[in-house]
Amino acid sequence: MSARQWGRDLGLGFRFAFTGGREGWTRVLLTAVGVGLGVALLLLTTAIPTALAVRHDRDGARADYTYGPRRPKAANTLVIADTDTVFRGRGVRGRLVEPEGPKAPVAPGLSAYPAPGDMVVSPALKELLASGDGAILRDRLPYRITGTIGEAGLVGSRELAYYAGAKNLAPKINGYQTARITTYGSPNKAPATRADPVLILLVLLVFVVLLMPVAVFIATAVRFGGERRDRRLAALRLVGSDSRMTRRIAAGEALAGSLVGLVFGTGFFLLGRRLAGSVEVVGISVFPDSLDPSPALAALVALAVPAAAVLVTLFALRGVVIEPLGVVRTARPARRRLWWRLLLPLGGLAMLAPMIGQGRSGGDFNQYLVTGGVLLLLVGVTALLPWAVEALVARLHHGSVAWQLAVRRLQLSSGSAARMVNGIAVAVAGAVALQMLFAGVQGDYTKETGKDVTRAQMQVNLSKGTPFTAAGERFAATRGVRAATSLGSATLGDRDWRRGPDTTVSLTVGTCAALREWATLPSCRDGDAFVATGTDDDSSTTRLARPGTTLHVDTADGTGRGADVRWSVPKGLKPARAITGPNGAKSGGILLTRAALPDRLSRLLDGAVFLSLDPSVPDATEYVRNTAARVDPFADAMTWSATEESKKFASIRTGLYVGALCVLALIGASLLVTQLEQLRERRRSLSSLMAFGTRRRTLGLSVFWQTAIPVALGLLLASAVGLTLGCVLLKMVGSPLGVDWPSVLSMTGAGAAVVLVVTALSLPPLLRLMRPEGLRTE
Amino acid sequence: MSIGHTLLGLLESGPRHGYDLKRAFDEKFGQDRPLHYGQVYSTMSRLLKHGLVEVDGIETGGGPERKRYAITEAGVTDVQRWLATPEKPEEYLQSTLYTKVVLALLTHRDAAGILDIQRAEHLRSMRVLTDRKRKGDLADQLICDHALFHLEADLRWLELTTARLDKLRAEVAA
Amino acid sequence: MTPPPGSLLTARDLRKAYGPTVALDGAEFSIHPGEVVAVMGPSGSGKSTLLHCLAGIVPPDSGSITYDGRELAGMSDAERSALRRSEFGFVFQFGQLVPELTCVENVALPLRLCGTPRRKAERAALTWLERLEVDDLGGKRPGEVSGGQGQRVAVARALVTAPRVVFADEPTGALDSLNGERVMELLTDAARSTNAAVVLVTHEARVAAYSDREIVVRDGRSRDMERAV
Repeated sequence: MSARQWGRDLGLGFRFAFTGGREGWTRVLLTAVGVGLGVALLLLTTAIPTALAVRHDRDGARADYTYGPRRPKAANTLVIADTDTVFRGRGVRGRLVEPEGPKAPVAPGLSAYPAPGDMVVSPALKELLASGDGAILRDRLPYRITGTIGEAGLVGSRELAYYAGAKNLAPKINGYQTARITTYGSPNKAPATRADPVLILLVLLVFVVLLMPVAVFIATAVRFGGERRDRRLAALRLVGSDSRMTRRIAAGEALAGSLVGLVFGTGFFLLGRRLAGSVEVVGISVFPDSLDPSPALAALVALAVPAAAVLVTLFALRGVVIEPLGVVRTARPARRRLWWRLLLPLGGLAMLAPMIGQGRSGGDFNQYLVTGGVLLLLVGVTALLPWAVEALVARLHHGSVAWQLAVRRLQLSSGSAARMVNGIAVAVAGAVALQMLFAGVQGDYTKETGKDVTRAQMQVNLSKGTPFTAAGERFAATRGVRAATSLGSATLGDRDWRRGPDTTVSLTVGTCAALREWATLPSCRDGDAFVATGTDDDSSTTRLARPGTTLHVDTADGTGRGADVRWSVPKGLKPARAITGPNGAKSGGILLTRAALPDRLSRLLDGAVFLSLDPSVPDATEYVRNTAARVDPFADAMTWSATEESKKFASIRTGLYVGALCVLALIGASLLVTQLEQLRERRRSLSSLMAFGTRRRTLGLSVFWQTAIPVALGLLLASAVGLTLGCVLLKMVGSPLGVDWPSVLSMTGAGAAVVLVVTALSLPPLLRLMRPEGLRTE
Repeated sequence: MSIGHTLLGLLESGPRHGYDLKRAFDEKFGQDRPLHYGQVYSTMSRLLKHGLVEVDGIETGGGPERKRYAITEAGVTDVQRWLATPEKPEEYLQSTLYTKVVLALLTHRDAAGILDIQRAEHLRSMRVLTDRKRKGDLADQLICDHALFHLEADLRWLELTTARLDKLRAEVAA
Repeated sequence: MTPPPGSLLTARDLRKAYGPTVALDGAEFSIHPGEVVAVMGPSGSGKSTLLHCLAGIVPPDSGSITYDGRELAGMSDAERSALRRSEFGFVFQFGQLVPELTCVENVALPLRLCGTPRRKAERAALTWLERLEVDDLGGKRPGEVSGGQGQRVAVARALVTAPRVVFADEPTGALDSLNGERVMELLTDAARSTNAAVVLVTHEARVAAYSDREIVVRDGRSRDMERAV
């Protein structure tokens, strides 16, 4: 047949779609909304890599590389200090800046630096500070707002960031927190750190797992209203179109729906993009403008969706004979064969098998094999499910009337029942596998911090020379603080630090009470000195902590410079036994009470305050951070937790949860439409059942069973495939096998919930359809 | 119905006596009205005269003389011609019922009542025929069906006229 | 209002409107046990509505319907459903067989709705299929049998519960006259043999001829033709 004929028939179908009266419009609209939602999701997915790239680039462009060489003050230098803080779990990027000359580099998004005491802030921070919620944070940032940071200087629309002008920062230069720089951005074009192959694998899988159901959904959406369309097609046959033409006309109608769907999808996407600017998911927000689908991928979507619509329609009409006087579904379709259906998942496993164990050795995963394997396994679900449903319902017998009605209905059209749950099954199978993988590798990515959170919940590190005892008192007086233990510490070496010591021993200074947190002391008075042993390696302590030995204090902070400060070990060191400190580590070395420390050394100590908080005081951590900012703007306040999850990892997991729920909701919508359509089609049959006295409960139950049986089967199959896939993936990354039952249950539960909601929503129309009006013959 | 043609047709299967002919006719077609023997006799004489039958033999014995008749070549042709000629459909243009209805309307009597009475009467006849049909053999069924279809046609006319009575009243009055 | 003596199902002064369309406007009806009553009338005259009201499927706007001494209007929806299940049988023109059930299951359905165990119900169903000369269709689905056969299955289903009233709405409407008459014969024979009353809605006189009595519905009002004579 010629291309012209194809074009003509498709065009005819296209026209029918729009001239079919209200019914035709409704159908086009339904299809379009369904396809549109799918397309929007696809576009969003294609846009995410771009958005992440933009984020990455901007983050790189504003990097202030503090580990560079020391350089003298000049016309083009800027001293910058990292004063990042956390406010109620959200990170705030903070920088103190002091340009030292007219040619000092200007940060991206800024036109000029604020004067000392002023700051420029990101729009989100400005908003937060102006709101009641931000009152506590306002105390911590006592600067006047004089401007906002432009988009170029921010990685996300909701990012909290500020640059505050400061004076006299140069003495604080230490090579990691404060530095003198001449340019922003990474000085050497360092290759982007190679991402962890396991993480890449996870991201890849999340996309595959979320997009598969969307594809299934689009396939369902173009079949909306199929029954009515079939009647129209029969009418076309009556006026003389042959069966091939009819099929092409049907494909044309689907094409029309999907094209409108593309337009809708673009609309939904643009709308969603606007909204995306005002939300923050797991600490990540994006600018609407950076959510830009790459043109190639967008073009692919624009071509693939209509093409898929045509193919799906032709495929769906394969088993349907359209006769001039009606549509005949081939009464008894050939029994479904199992072998080729099994080939798909087995093929998938075969593609994944060669990569088992690669994760441990840090090797790479072949992206094509992984994607292909996972796709085949999941497509296998959609291929196996119709067979499984058919095989099961053929064996179901007996039972109540409701059960019988449902089973017989399923036996008659098990294919359409299976199609209805395919989407859910794929989504659940993928999600189960991924959740399992996450649970498995979580051990690798979640670190036991070893910190004892019963003794202290926060630690504030003070910059060198800050009087830590006084600071400790101020912290103790802060709202929500139960106890504050302050310590000063330094490292002592056996040789001048400019040459580098051979052996080192740590020096810890504090009150008797503070020292008791770290070692068991026989007795203690101010002026005492101790040597604590009992750690894994006491050799350097016993070697250096001998009375009269001259030791050198580390003043260089790894920069290889600084004055040589000597200290000789006093007499009368009392032995002490090191115990595990609140930071989870045992450290021995020399312990001094305040009076035993010469004044000249106190400037060289790094102070740290360990805080125990009152859990009943909300925002206690925020008050501590405020105190820390007041005591020492460079202070680093950390909240302790027993474990620490990799941030990247947590966001993937959350993304999957959110995505899976969205996809399930989407599928639920299509399930409802299909269900309602089926009910409408059975209107007469339902009314006559009602006429001879069938209870509403019986019919309601039969509708329930009719959905519940295939769904239960689908979820079972999905769990099985999901667990298998999960095991294979765990093997691939070399993690121990283990089934994460809560996630299996939560995903299957979500799937089941969708079915319940759909059944509940289809009950009112069912009751309406059962009214005797359906008995009328016209 | 042409009795002559019917008897001729019955003779085609083989020669018969006059009395046999009467029995065969009654059995197949005469459920309601059996043939008189005199009718057979006069018809056969007419057919003999036209050369459509011939006397095949005469039996004499106890009782009346019995002729056996056989069909001639010309007789067969005649039957063939009769069968092939369509019957003229009856047109029922002269209807007593119609006359009754119009008269009732002209004299301002209850025309609808007349139609209903007729309708009930028709249906009663149909019930009787239906009952007979259920109990009878195929021949009975075919004959009853013929009558039933005609009665049904009348009944439909009655229904239609009932529905159009107002219009008819206006026209008659004009 | 008392029903006429011996009457099984009686309706008095039924009125029913669907929006502005008046379907019944003071219709009367009564039927005795074992009686076959034809309800005739032109299309849209309210025949089917009368049947739906009599069967308790649609409540009338006003008027009374008495079945076996009980007033239908006084019953709840559940009670009327139960009545339809156990005392009434139904044959319609289209769509009454459940397409997904086999013929024997279709016939057994009313019994099962009344709580009869499956096996027993299906045995009874098979007996009825035999009586209606379609026992060879038992395992087939309605989509696989002809219109006449399907209608016989429907008659079997209407009679399987030994109902006291069978409501038949154009039961031969979709059949040719040969099949239609056979179905009517089987229906009326079976009903007579069980002493069931039959309310037969039809617009075909030849179908109505299977009845004992006819009433004509015109413009929502009924007319008993026996009394017209």
